[in-house]
Amino acid sequence: MLSAEEWQITRLSLATAALATALLLPPGIALGWLLARRRFAGKALLETLIALPLVMPPVATGFILLRLLGRRGPLGDWLERVGLDVVFTWRGVVVAMAVMSLPLLVRGAAVAFESVEPRLEQVARTLGASGSRVFLTISLPLAARGIASGALLAFARALGEFGATIVLAGNVPGRTTTLSLEIFQRIQLGQGTGTSRLLAVSVALAFGAVALHQWLMSRERRRR
Amino acid sequence: MTLVLSAIDLPLAAFPLRLTATLGARATAIFGPSGAGKTSLLDLIAGLRRPASARIELDGRVLTDTLSRIDVPPQGRGIGYVPQDGVLFPHLSVAGNLRYGYRADRAPARLRLEPVVELLDLGSLLERRPADLSGGERQRVALGRALLTAPKLLLLDEPLAALDAGLKERILPYLTAVRDELEMPLLYVTHRAEEVVALCEEVLVLERGRLVAHGQTLELFRASARPGWELQVPPAAG
Repeated sequence: MLSAEEWQITRLSLATAALATALLLPPGIALGWLLARRRFAGKALLETLIALPLVMPPVATGFILLRLLGRRGPLGDWLERVGLDVVFTWRGVVVAMAVMSLPLLVRGAAVAFESVEPRLEQVARTLGASGSRVFLTISLPLAARGIASGALLAFARALGEFGATIVLAGNVPGRTTTLSLEIFQRIQLGQGTGTSRLLAVSVALAFGAVALHQWLMSRERRRR
Repeated sequence: MTLVLSAIDLPLAAFPLRLTATLGARATAIFGPSGAGKTSLLDLIAGLRRPASARIELDGRVLTDTLSRIDVPPQGRGIGYVPQDGVLFPHLSVAGNLRYGYRADRAPARLRLEPVVELLDLGSLLERRPADLSGGERQRVALGRALLTAPKLLLLDEPLAALDAGLKERILPYLTAVRDELEMPLLYVTHRAEEVVALCEEVLVLERGRLVAHGQTLELFRASARPGWELQVPPAAG
């Protein structure tokens, strides 16, 4: 069984990953819809920017975030005035996870919106629905399963996040230590037994999230 | 109902759609082979496509005028649209589809939910999902859904195309009833002469985006040697 400390680490990982995913949903859905349904200047640039965290070294992403949100960073000043400590706190964990998972959620949402038959949205317009009503009653419900499966992938990615987290949030026992950080630390210290328990937890959580994602995708395919 | 289409110019993939016409019959057919631009014309009238230039007026109200930059959005046009294959909302029941654009407070008595459901025999389908409907049932639901928005004009895109011959005979009376009992003006796209003759007094003949004939159905069509009807106008005319 897990020790009290290991439970705390597991809970913190789940809570921060869930919060990161929840915070990502509104901007992720909006960006996904924008990329799927609108043509605008700078779209390719926006797509590239969103994809960056997927391909950049996570440590580099973490360092950019640290510069942005740190005390002398452009956003750090503002954060300090409103009294939000991000760097080296659990909030930093959430921010690092959210930024690293954003591409997965946006991609999932964009694909989901693209697969909604445009004719359905057009017909809804001819039935008197405004653009926002069409989005809320047609596009979003029909894309919901795809968005949910994208969110699960984002959640799984957040759970495994390491590089950006350790730079932005550090590894503060009891406050910012997540499963990935703890596993890394134990490997460094050569503590074999505890490591395998945490590995099992990691594998189980990741397996659950991805299995649920696959199940949603297969139901989505069957509906078509 | 008077629909004025003037100086329409809509670029399509292979050719532009260009025409000018004034329509006033209870039911007007847009007749022509597949790919003539018929659906694009309906989309344009419904406000779903932007033309290079066009002026569209329905009963004196300007819906599109590229010169004065008027472009009433689809939801403000008061035009109902029954697209090909119905295009029902798959996540809503039949009742949910019917109610989507229904505003009980605005609908005249003949276009309330109950009379429309009765006229189109939809009563037993209300709880069903679109996936569980037959082709003919889907078309009737799409027809009812568009009617319940109480439009001033109803656009129909090949409503019988996906149905087998027997079913066609069964749906046609519903369309006649919509035209006569509900007094709903119809603009009816089809590539089949029989449907033009059965339903429409006036016909626009479209070929590769051009209007090749416009007139009374019975002047433009004659009974053919084999059972059925055929167009008298040579395709190159106009």
